Amino acid sequence: MSGMPLLTLTTFLPLAGALFILMIRAQDEAAILNIRRVALYTTIATFLVSIGIWTGFDPKNPGFQLTETAGWSGSFFAYRMGVDGISILFVLLTTFLMPFCILASWESVQVRVKEYMIAFLVLETLMVGVFCATDLVLFYVFFEGGLIPMFLIIGIWGGQRRVYASYKFFLYTLAGSVLMMLAVMAMYWESGTTDITELVNHPFPASMQWWLWFAFFASFAVKMPMWPVHTWLPDAHVEAPTAGSVLLAAILLKMGGYGFLRFSLPMFPLASYDLAPFIFTLSVVAIVYTSLVALVQEDMKKLIAYSSVAHMGYVTMGIFTLNTQGLQGAVFQMFSHGLVSGALFLCVGVVYDRLHTREIAAYGGLVNRMPAYATVFMVMTMANVGLPGTSGFIGEFLTLSAAFQVNTWVAAFAALGVILSAAYALWLFRRVVWGALTKANLKAMMDLSPREVAILAPLVVLVILFGVYPLPVLDATAASVEALLRSVHAAIDAANATASAGSLPLIR
Amino acid sequence: MYSLIVFLPLIGFLVAGAIALWGAAATVPAPEGGHDAHGQAAHDDHAAASHGDHDDHGHDDHHHAVEPAAPGSRVAELVTTGLLFVSAILSWVAFISVGFGEHETQSIRVLTWFTSGAMQVDWAFRVDTLTVVMLVVVNTVSSLVHLYSIGYMADDPDRPRFFAYLSLFTFAMLMLVTADNLVQMFFGWEGVGLASYLLIGFWYKKPSASAAAIKAFVVNRVGDFGFMLGIFGIFVMFGTISLSDIFANTATVQGKTLHFLWGDWDAITVICLLLFMGACGKSAQFLLHTWLPDAMEGPTPVSALIHAATMVTAGVFMVARLSPLFDLSPTALTVVTLVGAVTAFFAATVGLVQNDIKRVIAYSTCSQLGYMFVALGVGAYGAGVFHLFTHAFFKALLFLGAGSVIMASHHEQDMRAMGGLRNKIPLTFWAMLLGTLAITGVGIPGTEIGFAGFLSKDAIIESAFAGHNPVSGLAAVLLVIAAGFTSFYSWRLIFLTFFGRSRAPKDVWDHAEESPPVVLIPLGVLSLGAVLAGMVFYGAYVGEAQAEFWKGALFYGPDNHILHAMHEVSFLVKASPFIAMLVGLAVAYWFYILSPALPRKLAAALPWLYRFLLNKWYFDELYDFIFVRPAFAIGRLFWKTGDGAIIDGLGPNGIAARVQDVTARVVRLQTGYVYHYAFAMVIGVAALITWAMFAGGH
Repeated sequence: MSGMPLLTLTTFLPLAGALFILMIRAQDEAAILNIRRVALYTTIATFLVSIGIWTGFDPKNPGFQLTETAGWSGSFFAYRMGVDGISILFVLLTTFLMPFCILASWESVQVRVKEYMIAFLVLETLMVGVFCATDLVLFYVFFEGGLIPMFLIIGIWGGQRRVYASYKFFLYTLAGSVLMMLAVMAMYWESGTTDITELVNHPFPASMQWWLWFAFFASFAVKMPMWPVHTWLPDAHVEAPTAGSVLLAAILLKMGGYGFLRFSLPMFPLASYDLAPFIFTLSVVAIVYTSLVALVQEDMKKLIAYSSVAHMGYVTMGIFTLNTQGLQGAVFQMFSHGLVSGALFLCVGVVYDRLHTREIAAYGGLVNRMPAYATVFMVMTMANVGLPGTSGFIGEFLTLSAAFQVNTWVAAFAALGVILSAAYALWLFRRVVWGALTKANLKAMMDLSPREVAILAPLVVLVILFGVYPLPVLDATAASVEALLRSVHAAIDAANATASAGSLPLIR
Repeated sequence: MYSLIVFLPLIGFLVAGAIALWGAAATVPAPEGGHDAHGQAAHDDHAAASHGDHDDHGHDDHHHAVEPAAPGSRVAELVTTGLLFVSAILSWVAFISVGFGEHETQSIRVLTWFTSGAMQVDWAFRVDTLTVVMLVVVNTVSSLVHLYSIGYMADDPDRPRFFAYLSLFTFAMLMLVTADNLVQMFFGWEGVGLASYLLIGFWYKKPSASAAAIKAFVVNRVGDFGFMLGIFGIFVMFGTISLSDIFANTATVQGKTLHFLWGDWDAITVICLLLFMGACGKSAQFLLHTWLPDAMEGPTPVSALIHAATMVTAGVFMVARLSPLFDLSPTALTVVTLVGAVTAFFAATVGLVQNDIKRVIAYSTCSQLGYMFVALGVGAYGAGVFHLFTHAFFKALLFLGAGSVIMASHHEQDMRAMGGLRNKIPLTFWAMLLGTLAITGVGIPGTEIGFAGFLSKDAIIESAFAGHNPVSGLAAVLLVIAAGFTSFYSWRLIFLTFFGRSRAPKDVWDHAEESPPVVLIPLGVLSLGAVLAGMVFYGAYVGEAQAEFWKGALFYGPDNHILHAMHEVSFLVKASPFIAMLVGLAVAYWFYILSPALPRKLAAALPWLYRFLLNKWYFDELYDFIFVRPAFAIGRLFWKTGDGAIIDGLGPNGIAARVQDVTARVVRLQTGYVYHYAFAMVIGVAALITWAMFAGGH
């Protein structure tokens, strides 16, 4: 695709929409409707443009494609964009989910609509930018910049305790990003470039890798979030408006995993190898611990938030197995979790819009009045549980099989999550959807509106489609994952050879 | 043809599901308000009450207006049932052509599912004799249950949904039995689990049904935990999960060790034991059996199809399918034998004292599954599958018969409130009697003449006596005792239900009437199976013709001569289950016909034993104490103390406390505060970049 700067277009089209909205001055109903429409059309247009990325993408090529470069070539902070098999999925996931987020906010957001839509469009630019940037500093700008609109979305359009939640969100992520910034500086001084394609080939000294690894880890672990720095997530989710929760769960949580794949593994392979047991421990604790916590939640959003932490545990576990199934499984799990958790938060949003509470105890017997809703919720619950035939299964299965090859303890403990997820997800479903409809205020609940069907139906279709036929996603990632693993293992083998110990067990 | 057999039920599910969804949306009552409000409230209360004990008494439709049936109910019934019958007929065609013709094992690839590195998983059908046996079992029972349900569920407002679930189940079960690789088997495995969950919870307004549904799913997941680890173990050792490739390479893996958890173990043993854990969950074996009795909360046709004839035998099928692996691990086979024998004995003891007609049959199922596992454990795979086959007929018959009894007794399930129904519902009585003759194993010892259970069960007991593993002797003894118990509780059921004086309320008794033909026809067909299935197929499954019949679908190692040895056992051994059966019958006759006061006296004389059995050896209480309560308690501890006090307390909240006056002002500033932070972040990011550019550009 020569000539068309598709990545730039996809990244900055939402920003153009935001500027357009900024120019709408009127305050009346018609203007607000126009604002909503502009936001919707912008996101749809962005999605259509991003389909061009998919068609122009060659899955057999492991490197960055559709690259664009501007600025001081070879020097600090150039504008470098590109996608490979790992990032393209997240670009598409972002552009795909955005129209649904706008639609989900159609009626539920009534105050400061203009600012709200601007915040979302800016956020889209920043999120797409994170996955397209192939320059370290550019990545950092997008990565940290994304916090600001999300921070505003939670802080302004959030629930009762929004200030506490946004403050916590800010504090955690800031702590991580400061360390990462220092690491970025150090990497530039050491290698003389911020071009990611060059950095992956730069052999950082083993001693330095550890420090850099930990600095990046601090930022990514918070974003994931990994246990024990996960406590901002339940609060942020609970307070965020529905669309904010969707993006938080579906996209922002993926930045940590993406960061591990993009930076930690290729740039610090030795540290990644040495510290894998540390990550395994945290991942397994996350899976078991947060699943148990999810079991006793009384707030629907909190329950799903904790289940997200558990699911992200599979991702970190898979990434650091350093084998094909682990990495592909982790990418797939992130992609699938984007669809499933997004849909689950939309499901909560549907009933929240009607009853304005997230208390599980306030519901019960919804199936009597909302059969279509119950069906969607059931499908998504099963996808969350990882039932084969839904997209949730593939990632879980691949990461677990990868873990088994490396360490059976890790696999066995992580597989406990299979039991626990069934327990908390079905327990939630039972309390909200099943049962007799006895509560008076539930008797007027209406089933999904056409707008809500339009939001949820595509997600249901995709979750089942990718459960039965996940090959398009796996094929897209295969070449990039293979190339990444080859370079990582080459570095590890080389280090082993120089250390002449050669006793480290080989990993398949 | 195989694609048709498997996918026709899926089409049925999609059609009926669409009808159910559309119909449900169309019949959702209008929201309260206006003149409809009163009727609506009354209606809801009523529905809640009647559904509250749906399966017990609530189906009494003559006294109140029922909810209207969902639109399209009839279409959904006819489409799903029709497709299933086509599927069943095709299955019999396949059975005859594969089982009694010259067919190699064939593998039909439909689509690639997923590939990742060396892991390649296809959607594919493996067709051999074991597959077609299962196709026949699943589709025959399923089509009959579909037909039966048209009558049994006639008054239910949600029929499209019910038939959709039934067809979904059938599809998943077919995917399971036709799987050419372990992951597709796992797909079917979980799919039947989902359908079972949905059907147990079909009457979702009833709290006990929802609870039973969750319990079934979660307990099964405990087994799946092992199943998944077993698949991973296979992948590590064999580098593939395709069944043909695994079976072709068993020799290379035999003797190798696999590091699992704290030690190095014989690879095949550890893999087999992990997979067997999955089988225990699905087939409700000892320790993972607790969900099966509760699953009786589902409608009775579901109990017959899923929780008796098909799904619960998936574990037996899995072990039989993997006989090339299991046969290489004497340790694993010993464990299978032991678990099977203990289950057969344990479930039979509990079955002795249950009063709910469905629970008696449920424990009987559990016990019979134990028999099948014993057969597999001693290496007599053919005998295990034979019992699976015959059991499907007579157990489905007993359950459907019980359903007919329950309909006649106006949804009473307690046998203490029945009695004397023999003349009221003679056809059901005869069907149940044939089922009982089959399950208790009536036949002529030493010959091949008898009801279905006589041939298959006795084959198992003989193989256990002839078996060589360390526990086969114990297993044989337990099985003979269990056979006596089986006879006792089965006849007890018959005597309590059909004989003696009626203990039902008078109006129920007066209204008791025989079920409609749509219910009786399936009973008739299954009765035929219960009588003949054993005699007709004995030779093919375990007799002289077994090698030509199975054509290698079941694997017997060079040292495995069990099928010969089991025919050589002494006459006393062959007669022992028959004797046990007679003793059970005699005691039941004595207890429930000759002196009906005796059981009560016996229970009073041995109260602890009676309570121990009545409460199912207290497994539910034990598990609640060891697993359920601690899980919730630990969850709460992690949440409040772990996340709340420790992580938040030392982290963000601790820092927040230092700037408490700031936060105090924050409360007043509200959103303005947020802007401040956002602004600070923008400045911060900008400053860092500026600094970086200058500092970096030197």
